[in-house]
Amino acid sequence: MKSNSRRGFMGKAFGAVAAVGAVGSLVAMKKSWDPLPSVKAAGFTTLDMSIYEEGLMVTEKWRGKPIFVLKKSAAVMEKEKGNAAAEARNIKIGNDNFMVAIGLCTHLGCIPAFREAEGDFLCACHGGQFDASGLVTKVPPPRGFDIPPFKIEGNTLVLGEVGPEWQTMKDNGVTL
Amino acid sequence: MAHFTKATSVKDWLNQRLAIEKVEKVMASEYWIPKNINFLWAMGMVLVITFALLVVSGIFLLMYYVPTVDEAFNSVNYTIMREVDFGWLWRHVHGVAASVVFLVIYIHMFTGIYYGSYKKGREMIWISGMLLFIAFSTEAFSGYMLPWGQMSYWAGMVITNLFSGGSLHADGLVEWIRGDYVPAQAFLGRFFMLHVLLVPLAIMGLIGLHFAALRIPHVNNQDGEEIDFDAESKKYLDGDKVGSKVMRFANDFMSKDMMVVGIFLIFFFYLTFYNYGFAMDPVNFDPADGLKTPAHIYPEWYFLWSYEILRPFNIDLGLALFGFAQVIFVFLPFLDRSPNSVPASRRGAFKYWFWGMLIVMIVLTAMGKLPPEGIYSTIGLYAAIIFIAMWVALPIITSLEKKL
Repeated sequence: MKSNSRRGFMGKAFGAVAAVGAVGSLVAMKKSWDPLPSVKAAGFTTLDMSIYEEGLMVTEKWRGKPIFVLKKSAAVMEKEKGNAAAEARNIKIGNDNFMVAIGLCTHLGCIPAFREAEGDFLCACHGGQFDASGLVTKVPPPRGFDIPPFKIEGNTLVLGEVGPEWQTMKDNGVTL
Repeated sequence: MAHFTKATSVKDWLNQRLAIEKVEKVMASEYWIPKNINFLWAMGMVLVITFALLVVSGIFLLMYYVPTVDEAFNSVNYTIMREVDFGWLWRHVHGVAASVVFLVIYIHMFTGIYYGSYKKGREMIWISGMLLFIAFSTEAFSGYMLPWGQMSYWAGMVITNLFSGGSLHADGLVEWIRGDYVPAQAFLGRFFMLHVLLVPLAIMGLIGLHFAALRIPHVNNQDGEEIDFDAESKKYLDGDKVGSKVMRFANDFMSKDMMVVGIFLIFFFYLTFYNYGFAMDPVNFDPADGLKTPAHIYPEWYFLWSYEILRPFNIDLGLALFGFAQVIFVFLPFLDRSPNSVPASRRGAFKYWFWGMLIVMIVLTAMGKLPPEGIYSTIGLYAAIIFIAMWVALPIITSLEKKL
């Protein structure tokens, strides 16, 4: 009996040591899979907003992701009038109106194609559609395009930096 | 210490140290297989051989493949395909075997469903088999990343995005899996490791479990008959080979097994040499480009049925049903409430369930390949609903089944 309780104690002592070691190694394993500091520090993208033409969608790049930039024409703005959801997503720089968004379908991350004739976006993967302001017009995407953090500096837009306009959008649930 | 005597032969020398005769009996000559089976019982051996082809061809590919985003594409499409003598052979064997292995897995699975080989003590065979299916799926997906073509990149993007859990927005988890905001070097490196080491290790372990699970309940037979293996094997060893309901695994059963393997290999190498194109998506011959999605992203044919269940619904429902479809087969032994373990043809409503399930999965596969528009979307939606409904109905129709 005496030796049994001794073995029992040794078993529990080993269990305790092993548990500490297991937790420690799980932490190390988890952290080894985290994005590297060099990846996280991936810089900021500055866009000169004066170069874009109305109705012509341009794809920029930020942190490896495509960024859709679409300068909206007066006709598009007229159509959006009264549509609060669309107006909330509008980015005004000087007198120009833009849709700037991460060009990945919010369903599973394919890049929707811009259809110039229709002025909207169609995702080839699962058939999702978005209008010119980036709102969903056909499921499966659960929400409109996400808008990257931005800061307006005169005529330029700095992606990756949080400006007051973006903060407002985020606070109002316009983007994630 | 055991007592050792001077060996009379090499065999005796080994026998004293490793008990090779005993091992041979346990593993082969006195491992008993029912006689009442057909060629579908050879699919296990066909899978073993296909897995061996994958391992051997993989070893040769591994020697020249470079797992970096800058060189991966060229190391496959230039170095292996053009520079390495017979490099094309290893690549085509690997690609064709990766596709064909799923065809045989599906045949193996549906054979098990038809003959009720997941019931009455054979539950662990079924469960370990379904774990193997999951491990092979992971292996196929991670391997598909490695050539770093357009389909590799975008399949990687889409599949890792599944882990954001729809409205849960677990983007941190997705970035953790990728090691980056988008699939890049960290992603390629870890999927390379998974493909060549961790997942193959898991597969080999699971194959061991799958075989071990067979030992006690033994292989099923065409009538689902409960055989007394002790009595029948005794009858066989006592000389009544004709009257016994069982035969030796080797060489009796193996000879027929390898005959089927021979026919399979002729078909396999016909594909490898003359018709390998089906396993090589043309889109993946464009290098990965994070700023351009291919017009249609679809997985390899063997994932299409579950992909199609994801597609017609909004993301949360789609993900939930996709998850349901991924795991539901594992629970088959517990959802089938019938006490009968006989072929589906003798089981009343289950017969229609079996053929219905096969047809629905073929329809889902076909719709998954077609663009998600118009009538295809509609057919896909209904097929997905029928698939789910059939699984919900399974416990009901099987508990109504009369005991035979």
